[in-house]
Amino acid sequence: MEMPRELLAKIDEAITHYPASKRSAVLPVLHLIQEGLGFVSDEAVEWTAAKLELQPINVLELVTFYPMFRREPAGVHHIRVCRTLSCAMAGGYQLMNSFCRAARIENHAHGGHGAAIQKSKDGKYSIEFVECLASCGTAPVCMVNDDLHEKVAPEAAPAILQKYT
Amino acid sequence: MFQNVDREGWSEDIGCYMENGGYEELRKALTMERTAIVNEVKASGLRGRGGAGFPCGVKWGFIKLDEPKPVYLICNADESEPGTFKDRYILHQDPHQLLEGMIISSFALGVHLAYIYIRGEFPTGAKILETAIAEARAKNFLGKNILGSGFDLEIYVHRGAGAYICGEETGLIESLEGKRAYPRIKPPYFPAVLGLYQCPTIVNNVETLCNIKHIVRMGGAEYAKIGKPNNTGTRVLCVSGDVREPGYFELEVGAVTMGELIYDLCGGMKPGRKLKAVIPGGSSAKVLRAGEKYKIKTKQPDGSTGEKEIGIEDIVMDFDSLAAVGSMAGSGGVIVMDDSRDMLWTLNNINEFYAHESCGQCTPCREGSLWMKKITERMLLGGGVERDPAVLKNVADNIAGRTICAFGEACAWPTQSFVAKFKEEFDSRAGKPVPPPMPPEYLPEELIGKEEAHA
Repeated sequence: MEMPRELLAKIDEAITHYPASKRSAVLPVLHLIQEGLGFVSDEAVEWTAAKLELQPINVLELVTFYPMFRREPAGVHHIRVCRTLSCAMAGGYQLMNSFCRAARIENHAHGGHGAAIQKSKDGKYSIEFVECLASCGTAPVCMVNDDLHEKVAPEAAPAILQKYT
Repeated sequence: MFQNVDREGWSEDIGCYMENGGYEELRKALTMERTAIVNEVKASGLRGRGGAGFPCGVKWGFIKLDEPKPVYLICNADESEPGTFKDRYILHQDPHQLLEGMIISSFALGVHLAYIYIRGEFPTGAKILETAIAEARAKNFLGKNILGSGFDLEIYVHRGAGAYICGEETGLIESLEGKRAYPRIKPPYFPAVLGLYQCPTIVNNVETLCNIKHIVRMGGAEYAKIGKPNNTGTRVLCVSGDVREPGYFELEVGAVTMGELIYDLCGGMKPGRKLKAVIPGGSSAKVLRAGEKYKIKTKQPDGSTGEKEIGIEDIVMDFDSLAAVGSMAGSGGVIVMDDSRDMLWTLNNINEFYAHESCGQCTPCREGSLWMKKITERMLLGGGVERDPAVLKNVADNIAGRTICAFGEACAWPTQSFVAKFKEEFDSRAGKPVPPPMPPEYLPEELIGKEEAHA
């Protein structure tokens, strides 16, 4: 597998942050790979293992443990809706339904980490429930890509999607 | 701690921070003896702000002055306890306060390599911190020979990836080592003894580390005058749920009661609604029911101890008082529920969180957290069986105290407290003598058929 040069440079820099153990760099490397390439493929798992002198299982076990990593591409824009108590009380589940309608995503019961990502047919949007995003005072909250959106009433979902075309 | 959060004209860059006296405490600290700084922290009585409330000075005291192994400092910025949203503001708006606190702490503890473990879901926060670190390094507040003192320190940001258990200090350390965040058993794996890479490590919460700068500024004894004995300083309470004005409040520990917090600071309940329940310290804390009476000990004027009965509104918001009424101050995340809330729905939501977040290491927690969630889910869908409340209690009782880390207590306490305190709600949904037939998609024959179809 060939890493794009810029991505490789970032990965090499990240590894220098862990002088005591290369293994510590797996998480940052996986983040860089997912941000650069969209998801963590099986080849990426093997590449990372080789790069950090680990066994592939040492990388795969992290991809399957940490919910933020995905093994298949998401939509162009990825939506994360918080489902934990304060947001659920404020309408988080209704917000999810509203997003799915607006983005034209079939809302089957969220499969959770490891299940296929729910995506719109045109591949523009994908969506998932996540656990507490630590902004309970402005519930309900969601993230679209890296942006946090607070106090999102379910009716506001279409307007938010407008900002991400 | 929060004096610069949401402040007019404030920006998170180092220029603004320094114009307002930033890094002066660092200069002061570098002239002090390391033991002097640790003693100030001990005198301050500062207790951890992450959730456990362990005395920070005691924790620091475990580090030997002449420790031959490298000593590490880790800032726990993995804020994930449901109901808590204080560290977010410090990380995004006042990063230099945290950095200054970390640099002073590292100097005191003899640390030369420190990490900030930040949640993966704070990508902007991570970038802000990295910029702040670069700014600090440019001004020689980080790097080699800080301000000519001969002290070297590097701080790196390490992003998590969505696992709540990385907030547990040993889980965090495992994660930083590049492994699954399976917590370690204490003893012997106290981080101060066998931490990161099996070296002495101090793990402190963001808010705790921010306090260090202020303790250096005013001295430990002055700090201890704020708040109450054994509950010193200020802390940031986060209120969410069914109040009119949810938000964060930095208050002297013990300065407000539950009633003052809810009714005076947060505008009280929504129109037409009454208080039903409060979770006072993040979802792991045991729930408190409105209308309950608590017997607490009081000091009489003549020195003897008496007893009095208080209601939920009279509970003082500090570590000791909340523990005395059978809950905990925890992370300071107060979730308020009014009489429109179904306690079974609430508990099910919480159970689902813990079922998702269990790391899976310990059998009682791995199996029990999912089992409790399935029971409350089935009850919610109308299939509650007479035995269910008893089974819920039994499962929860067999998790707490039987696990490697405190997640066992965290997932058991909600079930134990909700089922016990709202008995009538759970009993009324547990009417069937036997479970209903399982929905078709759960029938083994169907599942096996689906698996073969997918293979």
